[in-house]
Amino acid sequence: MPGKKILVVDDDPYILMSLEFLMQKNGYSVVVARNGTEALQLVQQEIPDLVVLDIMMPDIDGYAICEFIKKQPALNHIIVVFLSAKTRESDQRKGLELGAAAFVFKPFSTRSLIKEINQLLR
Amino acid sequence: MSSWIIAGTALGYLLLLSLLAWSAESVRKKRKSWINNGYVYALSMAVYCTAWTYYGSVGRAATSGLDFLTIYIGPTILCALFWPVLLKIIRICRTQGITSIADLVSTRYGKNFSLAVLVTIFCVMGVIPYIALQLKAIATSFDLLAGTTGNTNQSIWKDSTFYGTLLLTIFILFFGTRSVDAAEKHEGLIAAIAFESVIKLVAFLAAGLFITYGVFNGFSDLFQQANAQPRLQQLFTFQENNAYTSWFSMLTLSFFAMLFLPRQFQVNVVENLDENHLKTAGWVFPLYLFVINLFVVPIALAGSVLYPGATANPDLYVLNIPLDQGRHLLSLLIFIGGFSAATGMIIVETIALTTMISNHLALPLLFSTNRLHQESRRNLSAVVLWVRRGSILLVIGLSLLYDKLVAEQYSLVSIGLVSFAAVAQLAPAVLGGLYWKGASKNGALAGLAAGFICWMFTLLLPSLAGAGLLDNSILENGYFGISWLRPDALFGLTSLDPVSHSLFWSLLLNSGLFVLVSINGQKGTRETFQAELFVDFLTKEKFEVEPAAWKNTANLPALRLLLQNFIGSERAVSLFQKYASRHQIPLNTTTADPRLVQFTEKILAGVIGSASAHILVSRVAKAEELSMEEVLNLLRESQQMMELNKELRRKSAELTRVTEQLSALNRQLMAMDEMKDEFLYTVTHELRTPLTSIRALTELVHDNPEMPENQKTEFLAAVVRETERLSHLITQVLSLERFESGKQPLELQTIQTKELLDEALSDIQPLVQQKKLRIQTQLTHPFQLIELDPILVRQVLYNLLTNAIRFSPESGTILFAAEVSGNHLEISVSDQGKGIPEAALELIFDKFYQAPNQTLKKPEGSGLGLAISKKIIELHTGNIRAENREDGGARFIFILPLSQINL
Repeated sequence: MPGKKILVVDDDPYILMSLEFLMQKNGYSVVVARNGTEALQLVQQEIPDLVVLDIMMPDIDGYAICEFIKKQPALNHIIVVFLSAKTRESDQRKGLELGAAAFVFKPFSTRSLIKEINQLLR
Repeated sequence: MSSWIIAGTALGYLLLLSLLAWSAESVRKKRKSWINNGYVYALSMAVYCTAWTYYGSVGRAATSGLDFLTIYIGPTILCALFWPVLLKIIRICRTQGITSIADLVSTRYGKNFSLAVLVTIFCVMGVIPYIALQLKAIATSFDLLAGTTGNTNQSIWKDSTFYGTLLLTIFILFFGTRSVDAAEKHEGLIAAIAFESVIKLVAFLAAGLFITYGVFNGFSDLFQQANAQPRLQQLFTFQENNAYTSWFSMLTLSFFAMLFLPRQFQVNVVENLDENHLKTAGWVFPLYLFVINLFVVPIALAGSVLYPGATANPDLYVLNIPLDQGRHLLSLLIFIGGFSAATGMIIVETIALTTMISNHLALPLLFSTNRLHQESRRNLSAVVLWVRRGSILLVIGLSLLYDKLVAEQYSLVSIGLVSFAAVAQLAPAVLGGLYWKGASKNGALAGLAAGFICWMFTLLLPSLAGAGLLDNSILENGYFGISWLRPDALFGLTSLDPVSHSLFWSLLLNSGLFVLVSINGQKGTRETFQAELFVDFLTKEKFEVEPAAWKNTANLPALRLLLQNFIGSERAVSLFQKYASRHQIPLNTTTADPRLVQFTEKILAGVIGSASAHILVSRVAKAEELSMEEVLNLLRESQQMMELNKELRRKSAELTRVTEQLSALNRQLMAMDEMKDEFLYTVTHELRTPLTSIRALTELVHDNPEMPENQKTEFLAAVVRETERLSHLITQVLSLERFESGKQPLELQTIQTKELLDEALSDIQPLVQQKKLRIQTQLTHPFQLIELDPILVRQVLYNLLTNAIRFSPESGTILFAAEVSGNHLEISVSDQGKGIPEAALELIFDKFYQAPNQTLKKPEGSGLGLAISKKIIELHTGNIRAENREDGGARFIFILPLSQINL
């Protein structure tokens, strides 16, 4: 849905670059965070509608950020989509249990990712 | 003191003993026996200390000095040093159901009947005087206390000995014949005996303390007064030469007495509940002997000082002194102590002798007359019990008789020594039988008979003659008037005291004949078999009686009936069933398995002795006597079996070890597997990241042709860089794998240190310039030659230097140093970055380790550089470590040997 705000969190600058382009191209306003600390700060400051969240980051991992979001009454409406190279089933289950709406494996297809996000924000 | 008070106290004491014995028996039925411990066992062993110790030691000390001690040194040596002998006897007796010393000798030599009879007669003759001695001690102490004079001529109905004996007999009858199975323990009795040991010790110590501190003024006063008398001085020094021989012979006697005296055999072996108790007894018993002897010399000296003109019997000093001091209560206590010493001995000795007499003399006699056999349907256990009771009366009666006729004339100790010398004759047959397979039945018979006769002629008959029962002239002129047959100087040997003399000749003849006849004679098959069992008993673990060795078969109902007759049908049936189920023998056949026959014989042996049991069982069993060769074959087979068993056990232990090793290896492999999995997972994760960028960026370029040109270039440049990163990562993973699996050989070259450093520097020159850094090099020995794989080490240097560059601040300085120390080269790279957290100093060498708390990922690193570097250095048998510099920044140091040759 155009006009909605998306926070993209990833510690890899190129992935961040591609995601930012993809979201903007589809009419979303985009905020980027390059690590967990920035992500925590921006999610409270910007209150996005959806967060695309990497898991393995050097400071705070994606699970902790998701947990934080889902526990805050002011934030828990935010849709979380994990985007991770962690491909074990247990990783996925853990993410979904924490309240994420989707768990997308890296490397991902930009086409299906945007389709998924569009659906979630409809 | 009134006789009635004394008699009443003694009676009360006996009642107390009965109560104790009775409560011990009832506790035993609850299977939680408080007498089942090493202390009670050791105290029951102290039945060794009889009235002889209690009264006689003082007497001996007062007349002959210190040699009374030898009687206690022998048993101390046995318990402290030679306990394995005792252990072996205990184990053999338990497995074979042996209940007496006569039984032991007979069983060892093929369950020989004559040997059992000989040993029994011998023990009875040897020990009766000893029992009489105890009766005498009770009587004389009683008379002294009561103030009556022991008059032998008075009617037996007025004799204190007689009444005391009567009471004691009732006690023994009651507690000694409660069970028909002599192999069963007399827990009640043992409790009573242990209690008596405590009482006699306490009473004797009380006497000693009173005399030393109450009558005299402590030890020093006592010794000073005694020293004033030259006779006493003389007493406590070795005087003549033969004092040493006398000491030695007494020591030998007491050593053997501790092993072979029937009562010692009874408490040491038959009544032993648990062989572990032997360990406790090994120190408690010697300690007991030590304590009870503490006051012997002081009392003897005190007596000699107080009664200088031999006005009192030295044997009774211990009672006499307190009595003369008017201490009636103490005297009564001391009397009870002596009473307990005497009664303890009489009780145990009588039971031991009774078992022998009934099992080896009376019962075989009854069974050999066919009358009993015909009446075999009657309950024979009652017969056995009545025979035992009769035997008790016989033993006590004989002792009383000896006491009346002979004992009056002799001191306590000399009577005791006669007994000791008698049982010492068992030494060759028993010890030889335990440790020498060549010992034979005929040898044992010949030796024992010779020793016995010699003992009779040199000690027993002279004592009878001394009492006026035999012609006194034999003492002076020798037997039959032949002077070299004088009892105390056989063959003209005059230099020894009577006991040493007797011991010398009897043991010489005894062991000489034993060995000679054994060597020269033939042995029977059963004998050979038992010899194997006895001698190899401890070396061959759990060498149980091998019943199949005897091809005995029997009619099963008849066999069962036989056992029933002695132990009752209920117990017989249950024993049969237990044994049959353990050995998987069918019980519903008419012919009994040979093992069952053997088992029955063992059980019966416990009741009526092995010789009698053998006679009875062979009546119902058709014994097929085996030839010598067959027995030897059986023995050989069993030996082979045992060796096979040992081999099997060894194999199985080995198997267990291998299994353990395998499972350890398996665990290790699984751990490695897990690590490998984890590694692979991390690798794929690391590979996914650049792949993700590449895929996303190319898709976006592809799907968005309208993308501005500069953005398209930026995207494609990122794709190129990520592709490089990907291939670098793959190379790193593969090389690490090569190093770890050892597939990468070192290509060694000898180069100059300077060369190595220069090449490394040229590799990183572009990066240095980019970041405007300064590299400071320090090289102590530029031309030092070093042997290494230059390509790999260059890779290490590259890794370390690029790391340093990455973490250095703009225009910082990197220190690159190399120095030679000993036969090593040490290279270090230091930067001015923010250093490494202490906890991470070692972890950074792990694969894919990422320093925590960094907010930005460094896309340049693969996370494998340090792991690979470490691997390379280790391949060169060097080591690498990281540390923080004092002024901030990190330093990596690695050390390489200059030469790889000697490694």
